[in-house]
Amino acid sequence: MALLVAIIIGIMVACGVYLLLRARTFPVVMGLIMLSYAVNLFIFAMGRLHAEVPAVAGLAGDTSDPVPQALVLTAIVIGFAMTAFAVTLALRASSELDSDHVDGDGGRQP
Amino acid sequence: MSHWIILPIVLPLLAGLLLLLAPADALKLKRLLSLTSALLLLPLAAGLLMQTTDGSIGVYALGNWTAPFGIVLVLDRLAAMMLLLTAVLALPALWYTARGEDQRGRHFHALFQFQLMGLNGAFLTGDLFNLFVFFEVLLIASYALLLHGGGVERCRAGLHYVLLNLAGSSLFLIAVGVLYGVTGTLNMADLAQRVAAAGSSEAGLLHAAALLLLLVFALKAALLPLYFWLPSAYSAAVAPVAALFAIMTKVGVYAILRVYTLIFGSGAGELANLAGDWLWPAALATLAMGAVGALAARHLRQLVSYLMLVSVGTLLAGVALNSASALSAVLYYQFHTTLVSGGLFLLAGIIRRHRGEAGDRFTAAPAMLQRTPLGVLFFIGAVGAAGLPPLSGFLGKFVLLSSVYPGLQQAWLWSVVLGGSVVAVLALSRAGSRLFWRTAEGTVAAAPVDRGQLAAVALLVVVGPVLMVVFAAPVFDFVDATAGQLLLPSGYIDTVLGGAGVVPAGGAQ
Repeated sequence: MALLVAIIIGIMVACGVYLLLRARTFPVVMGLIMLSYAVNLFIFAMGRLHAEVPAVAGLAGDTSDPVPQALVLTAIVIGFAMTAFAVTLALRASSELDSDHVDGDGGRQP
Repeated sequence: MSHWIILPIVLPLLAGLLLLLAPADALKLKRLLSLTSALLLLPLAAGLLMQTTDGSIGVYALGNWTAPFGIVLVLDRLAAMMLLLTAVLALPALWYTARGEDQRGRHFHALFQFQLMGLNGAFLTGDLFNLFVFFEVLLIASYALLLHGGGVERCRAGLHYVLLNLAGSSLFLIAVGVLYGVTGTLNMADLAQRVAAAGSSEAGLLHAAALLLLLVFALKAALLPLYFWLPSAYSAAVAPVAALFAIMTKVGVYAILRVYTLIFGSGAGELANLAGDWLWPAALATLAMGAVGALAARHLRQLVSYLMLVSVGTLLAGVALNSASALSAVLYYQFHTTLVSGGLFLLAGIIRRHRGEAGDRFTAAPAMLQRTPLGVLFFIGAVGAAGLPPLSGFLGKFVLLSSVYPGLQQAWLWSVVLGGSVVAVLALSRAGSRLFWRTAEGTVAAAPVDRGQLAAVALLVVVGPVLMVVFAAPVFDFVDATAGQLLLPSGYIDTVLGGAGVVPAGGAQ
């Protein structure tokens, strides 16, 4: 399972970085979303991967680490807000600069 | 010590929330509320600073969960100093805005308060993930502040700034995740102990996480390969926002100082002092590139932005040296350079409004109506920014230069820092003569210079540096002790983890 999760996270990071480097606002925002998903999974995996083990102490003999789950929750909320802001800004930039290039001078995509 | 430690976070938070509730057209009420909050932060920060002068470290356990299980706020000398710097910078910037610049956006004051909250929180927190959260708080406020006033240029600069920082946040989280995965803690004091005790099988992962963190902080501090966002972002922002942003790069410097003296400092075994090797060349290169940029700058805001890169390079070169005298020079110079660059940004805003079409570009324009007060302030600010005597920039650079032992390091530091200063003097004198002396025919129809705004500039570029020279002895005593505290992190670790001085936050128990 660990290998599978690692490969998934790796592919998502690779896709995210590729999209980030596309220099058009829409792919860049998609890349950031992809990257933040990968990061969230990564933090979650850092609490070690367990199957069918509760995160609350006292329910069973074996418990998984609740801290990464709390961290991921915070990271998701922050990432969501930041993505919303980036989308708004990208929309405004594309109307003000009349281009969806991140430098604003690439002209419209042919 | 009691609940005072959390007040620098709670006060701007409350003020910001109230400002959001205030009716949209009640500008006077908003100004009053915002200025009151900034004014209260000043004695608060000074009081907290006084508490740390005896070398004690205050720990505030949020929700009464003691470290390492809960999040703690830690008030040591460095944190107290940064709080005071924030308060001292924020008040003139806000005063300047309250004289008219805040009419261009409804939520300026609320965002300003949230930014202050993020800054204060980042300086106080003793937990790495909490540091991330406060970084995000100050960043999201800064995104909106950067766009204050609108316009194409701000939109373009804002887009770069936001996207870069979002990518940086992802890297921060990856580093935090690795550190947690290896050590099982995020409390900085606890991390320091675990890293020191880590075996060689874990050293590789820890090293990777440490360098990732360094990358993130270097992005915030605008170190060489990662500074290209700064000149465009800072010169696009309105004057008071750029002035407040003068402390944003220092948040990066602060985080580097904190993490690489405490967690990966001298006690970290295999990983001891790993930042210095990377910081040293990057800092000197940043300084050199900043100087080149200053020469090539086409308007005053751009020039001040590049001078800020010069100062970041100087500061981080001192951090890389990692000796007590170099660190105290860094702390002293940081205080000076933040105030002066903030003041120069405000001054650039005033000049821009009084030169008609030309703005603050270095082209011939009709003479400004009130050249004398502006010219005097610019001259004093330029002396401060270039680090010439008699102002405090000279003292800071002098102590930094004399803190390095003769040898190759000295040759590099002296030649780059002094060369950078010469170039800064050149660039500033060129800017001054273009702006004030080379005038074209005609007149500019502009309102007279606002005295309140002039006072704000004078406070930052004259009063601050002069006071720092007059009271140089006590200030240096303080920064020397701060550097000593940073280089001996055992006191910090023992206080945070030992429970000595922990205040229950949940009332009497």
